[in-house]
Amino acid sequence: MDFLTLVQVLDSSLRLATPLLLACLAGLFSERAGIFDIGLEGKILAAAFVSAAVAYTTGSVWVGLLAGIGASVMLSAIHGLASITLRGDQIISGVAINFLAAGLTVVVAQAWFGQGGRTPPLQSGGRFEPINFPGAIPSKEMADVGPVMQLYSELISGHSLLVYVALLTVPLSWFVLYQTRFGLRLRAVGENPAAVDTAGISVVGMRYAAVVICGVLCGIAGAYIATALQANFTKDMSAGRGFIALAALIFAKWRPWYALGACLLFGFFFAVDNRFQNILLPAWSLSGVLLLTAFGLVSYVWRKDLLDKIVLGGLGFGVAFVSVLIVISVWSAGMSTQIKIPVVFIQSLPYILTVVVLAGFVGKAIPPRSGGVPYVKEK
Amino acid sequence: MDVMPKWADVVLVPLFSLLLAAFLSALLILAIGESPSEALSLMVQGTLLRSAGWGYMLYYTTNFIFTGLAVSVAFHASLFNIGGEGQAMMGGLGVSLVCLFIPWPHWSLAIVGASVGAAVFGMIWAGLPAYLQAKRGSHIVITTIMFNFIAAGILNFFLVGALKPKGSMDPATANFPASTHLPTFEDMAQLLGFEKMFRSAPANVSFFIALLACVAVWYLIWRSPLGYEIRALGKSGPAARYAGVGSVKIIMITMMISGALCGLMAINTTQGESERLILNFTEGAGFIGIAVALMGRSHPLGVLLAALLFGFLYQGGAELALWTKIPRELIIVIQALVILFTGALTMMVRAPLERLFLMAWRG
Repeated sequence: MDFLTLVQVLDSSLRLATPLLLACLAGLFSERAGIFDIGLEGKILAAAFVSAAVAYTTGSVWVGLLAGIGASVMLSAIHGLASITLRGDQIISGVAINFLAAGLTVVVAQAWFGQGGRTPPLQSGGRFEPINFPGAIPSKEMADVGPVMQLYSELISGHSLLVYVALLTVPLSWFVLYQTRFGLRLRAVGENPAAVDTAGISVVGMRYAAVVICGVLCGIAGAYIATALQANFTKDMSAGRGFIALAALIFAKWRPWYALGACLLFGFFFAVDNRFQNILLPAWSLSGVLLLTAFGLVSYVWRKDLLDKIVLGGLGFGVAFVSVLIVISVWSAGMSTQIKIPVVFIQSLPYILTVVVLAGFVGKAIPPRSGGVPYVKEK
Repeated sequence: MDVMPKWADVVLVPLFSLLLAAFLSALLILAIGESPSEALSLMVQGTLLRSAGWGYMLYYTTNFIFTGLAVSVAFHASLFNIGGEGQAMMGGLGVSLVCLFIPWPHWSLAIVGASVGAAVFGMIWAGLPAYLQAKRGSHIVITTIMFNFIAAGILNFFLVGALKPKGSMDPATANFPASTHLPTFEDMAQLLGFEKMFRSAPANVSFFIALLACVAVWYLIWRSPLGYEIRALGKSGPAARYAGVGSVKIIMITMMISGALCGLMAINTTQGESERLILNFTEGAGFIGIAVALMGRSHPLGVLLAALLFGFLYQGGAELALWTKIPRELIIVIQALVILFTGALTMMVRAPLERLFLMAWRG
């Protein structure tokens, strides 16, 4: 793999990480204030549709972006109403919002455009164009220039405005959450709302503020997908990004800078998955890694109780079995010692990593203490 | 709190929620330029007035009973199993391994084997998140969501790889042997001498297994010591622990039962309908289970009724998509509204009802 390929993969990682990052920060604000939000996916989807539809109809991507944010904030308001004012179940409300968006976008798109739940392709003006920095060269000439120029022109320059917005949102979120009074209160509301209430600050107000910020960021994420990453809306185009953002949020342990790292990592997985059809690894290294994992699991449970032995030990033996299968299949295939990594494995990696982090084997992810618990004011 | 009698709470709140959802859906249908009354009559004609319509409706109902029961059982222990989708996918894998690699002499034996395969695979897939919740404190909602995606990956891996017959382009397994074919309602009607009933409808004997599962879950939750422990843990973790209920054990057992029920859905879809394992065969039934459980108030009888309702909606939605410009996704909107009103906005739904009862009490 030459340097240019690497730069191109990183470039595409950044593009694919952008919606994850925006949604992840959206979830960060909401969950830090104690409101679980598994409706990120639905908000992204709704914003994607509304922004594409409005941008197509008005011909202005900015109006589209605003409309997308509006749609997402409206769903946020429903979530807020259910989980803050009416003290309903936040997870169920999130599930409902996901379905609401999945259904409504297609029904409305079909009635509006009659193209089977899609919007027509967006013309220029209706979508965010790449911004070329001064001195950046087009990708055709990329092969002829040095590595620094390649990095500058491919990776740093040439993204749509929203990519840079997303990147700037990270320090901004950090600043708001950790350097302002608002941020301190917001985090406190997620940890101990009663204390915040005692200090004379409205818990309900803070939580609504967090939920609205979440809506705005999800709106930008959705608009980015429909008007910058692609140039129209298609059915279910959010494709689970809201859930991956949720995974990234846990992976990042509810911190803004970690969120950037987690989203870039997950974006990188997608970029690798898009770019390479076959990833070949020497069979011995793969089965070696699996055997080590199995050994680690089995030795970990050696002195634990029966349930640990059954579950983790069983998992360990399963992994060992797979590794033995690999060795046998390589043996029977003869000379080929390279083994193809299944594409689905790369795709599943964000989820698997999140489970591993959640399980607390690699660092412990501790959620905000009052997350998911409605606040009932004492009377 | 106890303004309403219990029957009103159990019957009126879901009904009122359903009415609200229906009203909003009618507005949506009006907004996209169709007639709600015509839509409803089309749904009724295509579903309730034809035997084949019933055959499709009961096919969907079977899925929703299984997933609805699964979500209900977990709800009783205050666990939210959102991973029904993944557990059903693994169940499908279990069914197809059993059907493809064991030479069954007769369908009646095959369905037992397939049920065991489906239940065990679903159980394992729910057991891992349960373990992570019980022993490692990871939130079960998040882990089960992640396990949905991982299950989809595993299914995909097998269907484009090891289980795909050579030379085939579809991501699907080979057709199951004929001896595993489950009698459909059409077969059963012919046996009874009705020639033209349930023509080519997919409903099959697994519907009766779903009914049995309803009875079994009722017995488990309300008549068995284990069910008592499950409900005790669901009402109050510390109190249950004080009474000697081991939370780790109950979380594991509850989730494994839940997973087994989701897995069982696959005997209907995979062995009963497609007779081979295909990608995306669950079609979101795992999620509909949430709506069914909420609407059915986590009671098997309620689940059965709610599953019938959603079966009607799904078959009716297909009819609408066929004859009008209303896409099938309308049903997803209705489903979302039902979940919203019965699960998240319950206070909003209950308040006016409670006021009504207060007025009635005062005369």
